[in-house]
Amino acid sequence: MTIILLVFAAFFILPIIWLLLAPTKTNTQLLLDGPFSFGSFDQLVANWNELFAFGSGVFSTWIGNSALYSFAALAITLVVSIPAGYALALIEFKGRRLLLVTTLIVMLIPNTALVLPIFLELSAARLIGNPLAVILPFSFFPFGVYLTYIYFSTAVSRDLLNAARIDGAGELRVFAQVAMPLATPVIALVGFFSFVANWNNYFLPFLVVGGDKIPVQVGLANLLSNVPAFNPTTASSIVIQLPTLALATLLSVAPILLIFLFAQRFLVEGMTAGGTKE
Amino acid sequence: MTVTAPPAPVDAVPTGRRRPGRRRASRVNAGQSRYGYIFVSGYTLLLLAFGLLPTLYAIYLAFTRNGAFVGVDNFVRVFNDYRFLPAVAHVALYIVYWLVSLIVLVVILAIVVHAIRVRWLGNTARFLFYIPGAIAGASSVLLWLFVLDPTVSPVSALLKGMGYESLVNVVAVDNLPVVFTVIAFWAGAGGWIVIMYGALNNISADIMEAARIDGANAIQTAWHIQLPMLTKWISYMGIMSLAAGTQLFVEPKILAQATKNVVPEDYSLNQLAYLYAFRQGDFSGSAAISLILLVVALGLSAVFIFRGKLFERD
Repeated sequence: MTIILLVFAAFFILPIIWLLLAPTKTNTQLLLDGPFSFGSFDQLVANWNELFAFGSGVFSTWIGNSALYSFAALAITLVVSIPAGYALALIEFKGRRLLLVTTLIVMLIPNTALVLPIFLELSAARLIGNPLAVILPFSFFPFGVYLTYIYFSTAVSRDLLNAARIDGAGELRVFAQVAMPLATPVIALVGFFSFVANWNNYFLPFLVVGGDKIPVQVGLANLLSNVPAFNPTTASSIVIQLPTLALATLLSVAPILLIFLFAQRFLVEGMTAGGTKE
Repeated sequence: MTVTAPPAPVDAVPTGRRRPGRRRASRVNAGQSRYGYIFVSGYTLLLLAFGLLPTLYAIYLAFTRNGAFVGVDNFVRVFNDYRFLPAVAHVALYIVYWLVSLIVLVVILAIVVHAIRVRWLGNTARFLFYIPGAIAGASSVLLWLFVLDPTVSPVSALLKGMGYESLVNVVAVDNLPVVFTVIAFWAGAGGWIVIMYGALNNISADIMEAARIDGANAIQTAWHIQLPMLTKWISYMGIMSLAAGTQLFVEPKILAQATKNVVPEDYSLNQLAYLYAFRQGDFSGSAAISLILLVVALGLSAVFIFRGKLFERD
């Protein structure tokens, strides 16, 4: 049993450790030294400078685009999902069940399944190339509505809301002053999952934006064409060395990796939310 | 990559049966119901714009050509494309590898981690398994380019021992289903292990204790008690992963780019749909393929919601 555990722990963690060490080496060191050796901080700085000098700093632009898309979509997602999940859980209205079941079905299909249809639609709407073509589809996050729905239907009682109503509070005040202060955990949870999903999304932005509008996930794949080790015939005169590509890979996931490290407990709670709350 | 951050297990979803309190609530005034509509309006707009409308538009495109209704012509054309059946076969083979390894290994690992008595050790193991989930999409494929390239790989001895001298050898077409399975497993399995672990925690201590008193060893307990209790979670994981597997795109796309098309650019169905739209300018053909994939995904999801036991309250 211990052996199974160790083998799989190594399988899951060694690639990450390798990725943390590779940017500290020169190309030669990467090829010749042991895979888990440390190069030097000077070399890390040199690789860093090479990466950010590439294409007059296009890497920073990509990171900036990723941040813009992810945060803008996150904001819209929260603004529309929290009230929607609240209403689905605690307000009775016609069509509530239809909306709930639709949300479940759409939530369970892989998000890539709608990417080409969305591309075709945006293309007909002449929105291709516009940042909105990424932000708006990213904002549609049924899983967030579902999480909010589960949260409000288990953590907030109708009696509490009714008490506020009897005291004369209108629906907006009930939502803003009774429900919202209780909603902090679910807001954080929805925000987390939305941000991670959007930051890591490759397929949709790959199709709907180009040029200097691409996020880092798409940019990373573009970098690949400038790596002579993988593309010996590369036409570009400016080349990217392998350690620099490794650094780019690491930086492209750094925000998510940091969130994972610091929000560990929280994350596990979120993933098992449905299982433990009844 | 489509396997990271699996949606949280969905245990508390009502399917039809109203809670006792609901009936009373449904008599409340129309004013409250009006606010219900206001609260869901923003989300409903997005649902229409990026859920329903693209689906309808894809249906329209798939059954027309240059605006004229052509019945199933587009589908026939796609089916007859010499690249279509190989793409189906590639994806199917990958799914078989992926599902079998996922189900067997995730269940074993969850049970093994669950059996760890030392608290911090169990937590650490789960965390180590889960952390690759942070690295998804193009980034994980890039990382695996390094891992699979014998010249720089952290496991180059292993790769060379298996007779591979270069990246191109490793990602030969016949190896791809295994390669994609390894990548997907690396990034996605941890999330499922955490979910299975949570499900194992829900098995009452009394039952486990009774088994122990009856003299069941760890393997008997796993087989006769834990495994049956996990069935619904396993089917949930299986269906979600099957749906995600049909969508294969990023991995072959980036490997194709890295190997100058040693990995073919029409390896998977989504890649083919992409080529139809972008290379051939054939939006109808592209819509036909993506519609087939969408129907598969919707079908699996709907079957699961309407028939799956997971959505009924225990």
